This record gives sequence, structure tokens and C-alpha cells, in this order.
Amino acid sequence: MRIRGYKLSVTAQIGIAIVVINLLVAVFAPLIAPFDQTTPLGDAWADPSAQHWLGLDNLGRDLLSRLIYGARMSIGLALVITALSFLIGVISGFAAAVAGGWVDQLLSRFVDLILSMPTLIFAFVILSVLGSALPVLIVTIAILDSTKVFRLARSVAVNIVSLEFVEAARLRGEGWWWIVTREVLPNAIPPLTAEFGLRFCFTFLFIAALSFLGLGVQPPDADWGSMVKDYRDMINFGSAAPLYPAAAIAILTIGVNFIVDWMLSIHSRGQGEGA
Amino acid sequence: MSEGAQDAFLTRDNPIVLDIRGMRVAVRTDAGDGPVLVDDVSLELRRGEVIGLIGESGAGKSTIGLASMGYTRRDCHIVGGNIIFGDTDIRAISPNERRELRGPKIAYIAQSAAASFNPAHTLMEQVCEAAVRHGILSPAQARAEAISLFKQLDLPSPETIGSRYPHQVSGGQLQRVMAAMAMVAKPDILIFDEPTTALDVTTQVECLAAFRKLIREHRTAALYITHDLAVVAQIADRIMVLRRGKMVEFGDSRQILQRPKEEYTRRLVSERVAGHKFVDANVAAEIPILAIDHVSADYPGKPKVIADVTLEVRRGDTVAVVGESGSGKSTLARVVTGLLPRVAGDVRFNGVSLSPRLRDRTKYQLRRMQMIYQMPDVALNPQHTLLETIGRPVAFYFNHSGRDVRARVAELLRQMDLPESFITRKTSELSGGQKQRVSIARALAAERDLIICDEVTSALDQLVGEEILRLLKKLQDELGVAYLFITHDLGTVKRIANKVAVMLKGKMVASGDTATVFSPPYHPYTELLLSSVPEMRPDWLDEVLAARATGAARTSALLRAP
Repeated sequence: MRIRGYKLSVTAQIGIAIVVINLLVAVFAPLIAPFDQTTPLGDAWADPSAQHWLGLDNLGRDLLSRLIYGARMSIGLALVITALSFLIGVISGFAAAVAGGWVDQLLSRFVDLILSMPTLIFAFVILSVLGSALPVLIVTIAILDSTKVFRLARSVAVNIVSLEFVEAARLRGEGWWWIVTREVLPNAIPPLTAEFGLRFCFTFLFIAALSFLGLGVQPPDADWGSMVKDYRDMINFGSAAPLYPAAAIAILTIGVNFIVDWMLSIHSRGQGEGA
Repeated sequence: MSEGAQDAFLTRDNPIVLDIRGMRVAVRTDAGDGPVLVDDVSLELRRGEVIGLIGESGAGKSTIGLASMGYTRRDCHIVGGNIIFGDTDIRAISPNERRELRGPKIAYIAQSAAASFNPAHTLMEQVCEAAVRHGILSPAQARAEAISLFKQLDLPSPETIGSRYPHQVSGGQLQRVMAAMAMVAKPDILIFDEPTTALDVTTQVECLAAFRKLIREHRTAALYITHDLAVVAQIADRIMVLRRGKMVEFGDSRQILQRPKEEYTRRLVSERVAGHKFVDANVAAEIPILAIDHVSADYPGKPKVIADVTLEVRRGDTVAVVGESGSGKSTLARVVTGLLPRVAGDVRFNGVSLSPRLRDRTKYQLRRMQMIYQMPDVALNPQHTLLETIGRPVAFYFNHSGRDVRARVAELLRQMDLPESFITRKTSELSGGQKQRVSIARALAAERDLIICDEVTSALDQLVGEEILRLLKKLQDELGVAYLFITHDLGTVKRIANKVAVMLKGKMVASGDTATVFSPPYHPYTELLLSSVPEMRPDWLDEVLAARATGAARTSALLRAP
């Protein structure tokens, strides 16, 4: 299989398969899930049966259905947050690189300030004060994450801005909007796409971590992180319940990383040809 | 008989150190076999002999250089022939054995010394590293050898220069340090890959002299790869002319330069010698297009980069600004365009004073003055098509509709001798010469009075560069555009410019008609620049060095314009 003339590595093909399956499950969760995710259907911790493939959970809900709906919550949330953080980070990073001077200084020092605090603790403080409603969760994590996107976007753009075609555009009298969207952005797409994959993984794991600590997604909604938290004690009784959501987290993370690795390898190869 | 010719004569009985027979290199990837880069090339290199490999880019000369060590670029393979070094076939040995050869036996000197040194280590550490690691010399011996090489290469303070870091020496010095690095282990063969191409003319002379001295004293064999016939003439005993991977002609340097047998070689030689002048300026007393009036500029907190420069460009003029790197000639272009605001003086365009800053100028003023850059690779956005690249100034300045823009771009492509079908291609899919044509088309699209050309040919091969110059000349005849040429290549200047200004350390030391500035009496610096342009005679370097040594340069016959 090839994408834009580049041969897909075996790991990249596995990664794409994992991501596509996860996305399909997330999008079509109500159609795929055999039961409702919030309705108790029997005894708590009932063993797997023909009807309930993975058994029932602590409140007697179908574990498989919760896992499927959890995909929707975990992946959807991570995608929205990553997209938002890229919107903020890329625009401000490009603005800093193109404008330079005090705009660059102001934005960069502000980002340094936020980055100097441990992200998890910072998120803790904000979520404890403002509560864990979904919009608050999304905006908080997106802003924290956008500082890292800002760093990358700025450094990529600084390199591009120093090239003569940008100077040529300036000499032509082009405004900054043209320079950012038409001269810089198209050349920044490859490194930013790879970063999107990586940041998605980090966000996804970060939400899982927050949910595990009780500050992320709140009941009755399920996400994989909170499911690990709710079921973790059952490991002592020989039940595999917490392992399913944990495995789902691990598999998706590995899948995305497979794709990112492949993209980075063709990107660096492309640069090699230019030299 | 010159020393070079004697060398060629004497080396004829020396043992062969490198014997290449029927070498073929081709691209081979997962997707299948690609083009053949080097096709059936054979040569015998004897001890103490220098063979020059010459040709345009894509001629396969660097590929031959690498393949002589058994290496190729990514996805390329040596697919045929024998490469025999001493009595081992380099193709037959293992990668490890090959690595043992490189350095102690065969050393490579690349075009960009700056990219070959690690900025975090001193020069001495890096010069000695290979010889010590291969166990050829002890660290103390290597240091002693390095210092003696620094002396032979005429590096300043040879005892202490080794303790400096790469960024603390100049480009020409670094290139010579790299030669020392290659020589420390006393290799049998040196491979020079365009080692002076990135240097300006005065530095190039120093490096050429140092390299030649080194080769002669150590009686090392060398392959010297370059696209400049005049450079190779100074150093090579024999010259192989290559084109598209095939050998065109191979012979004694003098024979190649004076009696080339093949048509292609004759063209190469005559391009270097021939001259074609741009139009003589109309001596009309009209207002100059560009008047630079006692202009000074600096970067914040630094001493003045240019001071009190005065220059005029009139309709139909080609004014060349020459000087070595660091002379302030590119800064002058930045000041004229407004990228760097001037701090004193005035710049008038068609009689109207331009504001110092770019952002305060009107769209009309911006349109009338366009720029073409040295490196077409970075001057064009690789993600844009030709339609977007050339069409943008048309749409931006004239608010034309999409269909009119397309028609205008097609017309410009025709003027540039580029096929109209290229209109949908991305700029990154073009060759260097084609990209430079697109740059010119983009500048023309604005319907300008003045085009500033910043070293437009120096990144191109000789023949491609000549074509670009001819195109610029044709456009000047047709459209009456004036050029301000920023360049360090005096060969180009003599051929194309009707006026010239010589810059040294930010000041203009001489200016006027090209014929006047380039004929006696010269400013001493003009003389130094002129005498540094390589001429296509094998004795040229000796004469220049002799003239400089005796101080008799002033009357030297070397300064005849070609």
C-alpha cells in the first residue's frame, strides 16, 4: 500500500488499522453497542456470558457497551481538545514568528510561564476550582496543550520565515495574513501533522489520567480512564474488568505512534533528498 | 614548459593508485531501476597526478568522486565496472574494510567545510581524530603533523589556530583546515569536491594555491571536481569532461583548454572566454530610475555596515556592485528595498524619495522595483504552482480576474522559454535554471522599472548561468528594464555591466563605466579583485602568485579583460 507515492511500512499499516477501527467504533457506538451503557442489566460483576461478552460492571451495566461508548468519549474528547489546542497554538506561534519583536517576546514569555508549572498540577488546580464540566475540561487542557504546539509552530515558522520567498512576499507588499496562510502554512503541514498525532496521544493519556484521578469525565458518562478507576479493585478478585479499558488505551496509543513514526521517517527522508 | 606540464610528464611513469574501469552507477529503489548516473567511465590515476572532473550539475562528477571510495548517495548503486585501489577492488570488500580505507588511504574534501565540522569541538581535535582513531599516529604525532600542515597551508598562527572552534575562523581558512584534516593521515588519494565554489574570488586564490602546494609537496594523487574550467586549469594535469554521466573528452589540461576536440568542450571553453555586453547606456539626461545618495546603514548596535554610498541607475543601465562577501553589497540591496532602514542619506526612485522602511512605501513604489535572488530553491515557495507564483504579483498589483492572470502567466512563461504546460507544476519540481527563470518571470509580472539581481547566477552551473544572463539581456533589449547586479563574479561583471561600483568594507572605493574602472589606473582593491578572477590558462595561478610576491602586479598583463 502507498500514500502519496510513499510505501507504507508494516507497522504503519497496523497503526492505520487500529486507528480506523477505533474511529469507526467511536462514531457508530450506538449502533454497535449491544446494550445501553447506563442501564443496570443484572447482578454486579456478573461473569462473561453469551449475552454479555465481557460480563457486567459494578452497577450491573454491560461492560462491552461501556467500553464502546467509552471509545466515543475518550477519542472524541481527545480529538476536540487537540484540534482546539492546535488552533490556538498554531495561530499564536505563526503570529509570533511572522511579527517578531515585542509580539514574539510577549507570547513566548507567557508560554514559558505556563510551561514552568507542571501540567497535571496546574490542571488539578483549575479543575478543582471550576469543576469538571466537559467544556471546562476541554478548554483547560486545550490551553495547556497549546503552549507546546506554540513552541513547535513558532520554531517551524521561524525557519520558513527566514527563507527568501517570504522576503519576496514582503517586498511585494503582502500583508501578514497572506504570509501566514499562503507562504508559511503549506510548508509547515508535514511537521505539524506528525505533531498532531503525538499531541493526540498525550491528550488522550492526559484525560485518562485525570479521569483515573476523578477529575476528568464524570459519571454516568464513561471514558476509558474512569473505567480503569472504577474497576481497579476487581483485579484483586481475579476479574479482568480493569484490563479491558487499560488495553484499549494502550492499543490506541501504540497505533497512533506507529503512524506518527512512519510520517516522521518519510519527512526526514524527504529532507535528505533535498540536501 | 610550466611546472604543471612537467608534473604531467613526470607522473606518467608513477605507479597507478586508482584504476577505474567501466564504472556504472545507477539509481535503484523499491520502485525499480532509475536513470543511470554514471555510464562506463574509466580512468587511471597515478601517484602525484591531479585529474580534474568537470561538467554541469547532473554530469555525474560528484557521483564518480563518491564511487571512487565505494560510496553512493541514497538509493544509488554501483552496478558495473571495477574500482581498483592499489591491489584491492573496492567493490569486492566489506563495508568495514571500506571504512578502513576512507581517511587513511582516500580522503574527501567537501564543498562546504562549515557543514563538515562539528561546531562543538576545536579544530585540532577534529583534524587529528581520524588518524588517531585509525591508530596511524599517536595523538602527539598527529598534533605535530597538523601544525606542520597548517604551516604549509599558509594558515595564520599555525601553532594556535587548532585551539579555535570552527566558527572562529573564516570560510577560506576553514576550507584549508579541512584539507589539513584530510592530509593528516597521509592518504594516497585526495578527492576535492568543489572545495572553492562557496568562496569569493580572493579567498579562492589563496585556497587554490594552498591546495596545489600541498598536493605537490606530498606527491599525493587527487581527483578535483568542479564546474569551473578556469579553476581546474590551475590545478589539474589532466581533465575529464563529463556530460550526463558519460565521458565527453579526456586529455591533458593544455590540450582540453587550447585544442578541445569535442563540440561540447569547445562550448564550455568558449562560454568562459566569450563576452557579450549588455546595451550601452543611453546617455540621456533624464532622471535616474534609482539614485542612492550618500546612504549609510547599520544593524542595531553594530558599526556601520555601509557608509556614505552614492550610486545612480538609469533606464537601460546594468550597474554591477562588486566586492567580496562582507563588503556590504547585499546590505546595499536591503537598504534600497527597505528591508533594512537607512540611517542617513536618501534613496530616490524616479525622482521621488522612498521612505526608509518597507511598510511605509506605496504599492506602486513596491511594484516598480523587483528582486531576483541567488538561490532559486528558497526564493520560490516549494508548495506553490507556477500559476500561483507568477500570477500572484499580477493579481496583487493589477487586480486582474483569474482568466486574465492565467493568460498573463502563460505569456510570461513563453517569454522565459518555458513550456506553457508547466503552469500547473509546483516550483519544487523544476531544475535550478528553470526555477531562476520563474523568479525572473515573477519579477517581470510586476511591470517594473528596476530589477535587483542578487548573485543570480552564482548558484547555477556555468552554461545555465550563461543562459540566464542572455535571457536578462534579451529582456532588457525588449522591455528597457534596468538592472542592479549584486555579484562577486567579476567575469560576469565584465561581460554584462556598463557601469560598476566596487565596494570594500561598506564603502564604495571605485565606480563608473565598466571600461574605466577595469582599466588602469586601478584602485588597489579593484586590482586585487581583478587579478583574482581565474583565467583559463594553466599558468595563471603561478603568474598571479609571482606577481603578488614581487609586487609587480600593477603592470601585469594578467589584467587584460578577456
